[in-house]
Amino acid sequence: MIPYLHPGTLNIYEPFVKAMAGEGDELKLLGMWASPFVLRTRLALSFKGLSHDYIEEEIFGNKSKLLLMSNPVHKKVPVLIHNGKAICESQVIVQYIDEVFTGTDRPSLLPANPYDRAVARFWATYIDDKLFTSFMTMIKGKTSEEKAEGRKQSFAVAETLEGALKELSKGKPFFGGDNVGYLDIALGGFVAWVHTGDILSGSKQFDANKTPLLAAWFERFCALDATKAVMPDVEKLVDLSKMRQARDDAAAAAVSQSS
Amino acid sequence: MSSQAQPVKLISAFGSPFAYRVEVALALKGVPYELVLEDLDNKSELLLKHNPVHKAVPVLLHGDDRAVCESFVIVEYVDEAFDGPRILPADPYDRAMARFWAHFVENKLSKPFWMSFWTEGEVREGFAKEARENLAVLEAQLDGKRFFGGDSLGFLDIAACALAIWLDVMQEAHGFRLVGDGEFPALRRWAKEYTAHEAVKKCLPDRDRLVAYFVTNAEKYKGIARAALQQ
Repeated sequence: MIPYLHPGTLNIYEPFVKAMAGEGDELKLLGMWASPFVLRTRLALSFKGLSHDYIEEEIFGNKSKLLLMSNPVHKKVPVLIHNGKAICESQVIVQYIDEVFTGTDRPSLLPANPYDRAVARFWATYIDDKLFTSFMTMIKGKTSEEKAEGRKQSFAVAETLEGALKELSKGKPFFGGDNVGYLDIALGGFVAWVHTGDILSGSKQFDANKTPLLAAWFERFCALDATKAVMPDVEKLVDLSKMRQARDDAAAAAVSQSS
Repeated sequence: MSSQAQPVKLISAFGSPFAYRVEVALALKGVPYELVLEDLDNKSELLLKHNPVHKAVPVLLHGDDRAVCESFVIVEYVDEAFDGPRILPADPYDRAMARFWAHFVENKLSKPFWMSFWTEGEVREGFAKEARENLAVLEAQLDGKRFFGGDSLGFLDIAACALAIWLDVMQEAHGFRLVGDGEFPALRRWAKEYTAHEAVKKCLPDRDRLVAYFVTNAEKYKGIARAALQQ
């Protein structure tokens, strides 16, 4: 069995980490440019105005020693390293930075009231559970029927989120009200995939006819400076998607030839 | 009336370990509540109205205008809305660790744990192996402590509470030993501490009734497992 390290233990990397330190708090994010969970975390750092070092993990390469040491349980990005301590899982990371970095120049992402917080957490869990699953089915479905089913599910999820947005925003621009909040950022992680899907399919995931509030939210959120600062290159995502599709098609063809 | 004093109802279902998490949280905080037991084959208007998205238990109703769904979300709400002993620790890093490990229990341990009881043959062996590997990882988190939360029950103890009770119940009901007698000694010790805790004892489900429930409904759960595997 692999010797197990508590996710917080990075003692042997401390000298390495300290050598890279700037003034005060030291923040590093291990990420991968195409991941919606990494984008979510980068959005949170951006909206909180938190400067940090960003370390890119190779998408198809070997996982770095730093990643394996700091997230031994899941070996996945994103991982936030704050003064040598590792925090994993995007929702956990976003709540962590919201709780640690406070003050007038660092507005809270989660609302103040416990009930409003519960509602935001509920919908963030829903997004990870249902939206992510439907997108994965669309992308990785083995047959075109399966992919179509994923797409159908994603529209159903969008309609549910439209209802949530209507209720929570109360006519204001964001789920968080006047300003971007926790739930905007939770959904925000997926905007690059949504853009990509829109380009590839030639139709809108957040259709203004079916989900007008969500369609408007999408345009508005993507136009914000703090979003633009961390958005991945959508052209690159489109290329990646086409490459993955070609690879999957080739694999499927090989299987049907050999059987 | 202050928010805390407003009446609390918990929509639950017999045998649900998710709803049970919420009962423990309420018991820890000393919050009185009315328990509403659902027949999940015949869901009530109350449940459908307050959890239209998932139509599942648990649902916490607090006063006239607050309905909270999803067991972890409810437990955090109970921690924040009511006075009493802390469920999540004060320090943000410790809170992040508690949430991380609670997600681990839910996303990595939960499925193979339940599936190992409701499947057979090689499929069962596969789930059992995965469950045991993840149990070992969880056991390491105890690290000599009385509870995952340290000296007192915390968020991760609540997240993992099914292990303290449902493991023995399921092993008996399905005649399958996921965990051998001498295995995971720290988890076994934790389970004893947990079930002896003042607050926990107040809402412990009746063990014999639980066993009988899972024996009676064995075919139903095996059917659910089969359907899940086909997806």
